[in-house]
Amino acid sequence: MTVMEKPTAKMDAKKRYSAGVLKYAQMGYWDGDYVPKATDLQALFRITPQEGVDPIEAAAAVAGESSTATWTVVWTDRLTACDSYRAKAFKVEPVPNQPGQYFCWVAYDLVLFEEGSIANLTASIIGNVFSFKPLKAARLEDMYFPPAYVKTFKGPPTGIVVERERLDKFGRPLLGATIKPKLGLSGKNYGRVVYEGLAGGLDFTKDDENINSQQFMHWRDRFLYCMEGVMRATAATGETKGHYLNITAGTMEEMYRRAQFAREMGSVIVMVDLVIGWTAIQSMAEWCRANDMILHMHRAGHGTYTRQKNHGVSFRVIAKWLRLAGVDHLHTGTAVGKLEGDPMTVQGYYNVCRETKNAVDLQRGLFFEQDWCDLRKVMPVASGGIHAGQMHQLLHLFGDDVVMQFGGGTIGHPMGIQAGAIANRVAMETMVLARNEGRDIMAEGPEILRDAAKWCKPLEAALTTWGNVTFDYASTDTSDYVPTPVAS
Amino acid sequence: MRLTQGAFSFLPDLTDTQISAQIEFALAQGWAVSIETTDDPHPRNTYWDMWGMPMFDLKDAAGVMMELKAARTALPERYIRINAFDSTRGWETVRLAFIAHRPPVEARFALDRVEAEGRVQRYALRRVPA
Repeated sequence: MTVMEKPTAKMDAKKRYSAGVLKYAQMGYWDGDYVPKATDLQALFRITPQEGVDPIEAAAAVAGESSTATWTVVWTDRLTACDSYRAKAFKVEPVPNQPGQYFCWVAYDLVLFEEGSIANLTASIIGNVFSFKPLKAARLEDMYFPPAYVKTFKGPPTGIVVERERLDKFGRPLLGATIKPKLGLSGKNYGRVVYEGLAGGLDFTKDDENINSQQFMHWRDRFLYCMEGVMRATAATGETKGHYLNITAGTMEEMYRRAQFAREMGSVIVMVDLVIGWTAIQSMAEWCRANDMILHMHRAGHGTYTRQKNHGVSFRVIAKWLRLAGVDHLHTGTAVGKLEGDPMTVQGYYNVCRETKNAVDLQRGLFFEQDWCDLRKVMPVASGGIHAGQMHQLLHLFGDDVVMQFGGGTIGHPMGIQAGAIANRVAMETMVLARNEGRDIMAEGPEILRDAAKWCKPLEAALTTWGNVTFDYASTDTSDYVPTPVAS
Repeated sequence: MRLTQGAFSFLPDLTDTQISAQIEFALAQGWAVSIETTDDPHPRNTYWDMWGMPMFDLKDAAGVMMELKAARTALPERYIRINAFDSTRGWETVRLAFIAHRPPVEARFALDRVEAEGRVQRYALRRVPA
């Protein structure tokens, strides 16, 4: 008998535990009648079974390989309350308009997971199953966490509300810029860009993901010059400013050392890259909580597993894990900029970051209702190929609680960095003002910007330079659900 | 120096019509509007002086505009800001704040430095005479 014959009904215990190889569905990893308990975690996978593999058996295999199963029967299962440890695939549906792909829903008992550990969660849910041979491809599309599990995490150390209160900035998006060129500047020259950007009107400037401690700029030098720029700009404007000091390093010991120095220098924020790993992220969240520090997360590397629709992990799941793990800022896409992201799908990520409860919203890729149990909100960051001319679109798509980061769109301004910052800040404030006055910014946006450009030369120059730049490519990661037309 | 705190400091000073429209917006969201004033706009000075209580049950921007005019008349040398507070669960904070009046001469800050070990500077912001 091969592993992938058509599954049959469950068997009696004697037959079930005879030595040999059984189908996963027969081993108890499929139960089409199962109703998830209120304390179960749930995962939704998109699977592409190999030719001839039954989708239900493939779904059972996913449940099995992400919980207790091994490839053969083991009698030692009978020393445990084994049925409760088995994940259960309970629903399989063809993906709309994607032949050969299926959505499968899997429920996991709460007992399977250690409290407060994303490393433990991910080792189960994405540990083995993505390499499983009977599947051509698999993608973790979404997850549901019951309150009993959510409450084992502390979540963001600062969150949107407290970040705004600390910075004393309300009622508008925050503005940032990544220092460019991202590699090669000395500490002294780098700090100059920080100062010019912040004095011009930005709230934050940012290290890029791969700025750590290279030969051209050691980390201590960077921190000293950046904080000089931050404090000078604060004095020049009377407004709290910050620079995301990237403390990513090769060891936790070194990251703590850098974080501690950032704190001593009076920085309000530090930054890490997603590639440091889940445990390191949770440790830095703990440190930030203990030290009143905002934690900025750059999602470096995520595109390797989030972008392709048929295989990997959706970014909405990564965003959920990060809200539990505890980051304050998270790069979540721009929809209109240079990086991947369809507007509805990106809005789904924003909702994961910011809402108290997520409703089911298939067009935005949210398959589960999710109560965040008052975990603090993560501030999304829109960064990558955006400019002042898109302000109405950005504000319309993302609202006020977002950091808009214009890197090239600030530093590349023909009149200089301060002018670039002024252009962005004026564009943003003028658009917020107009929206609050009840104007339709999606229709009138370009006109609102042109009117402001009449009294703001830097904005006029920005619109002239970039006004027509768009990155209009089809997204690879889009919703499979389109609105159903209703009969009129 | 133009103090750039608040949501609209990069725009020309708002007219009363514009201020009133922002207050209408805030009230439409169900937020409570309040007025605060200070002669010390240091960024760490969180607690500006309250010009009365937040106007929790107010429905019309005209009431706030009346208070704003009274505050301006009484305290023309101070900064005056409008706050809009959202008491929704999970927010329970200010959702909009902007400066509605500036003193004739704006505040200025200097940066004090103290040398510390390893080229470290300890910074402090100090208000300087205009």
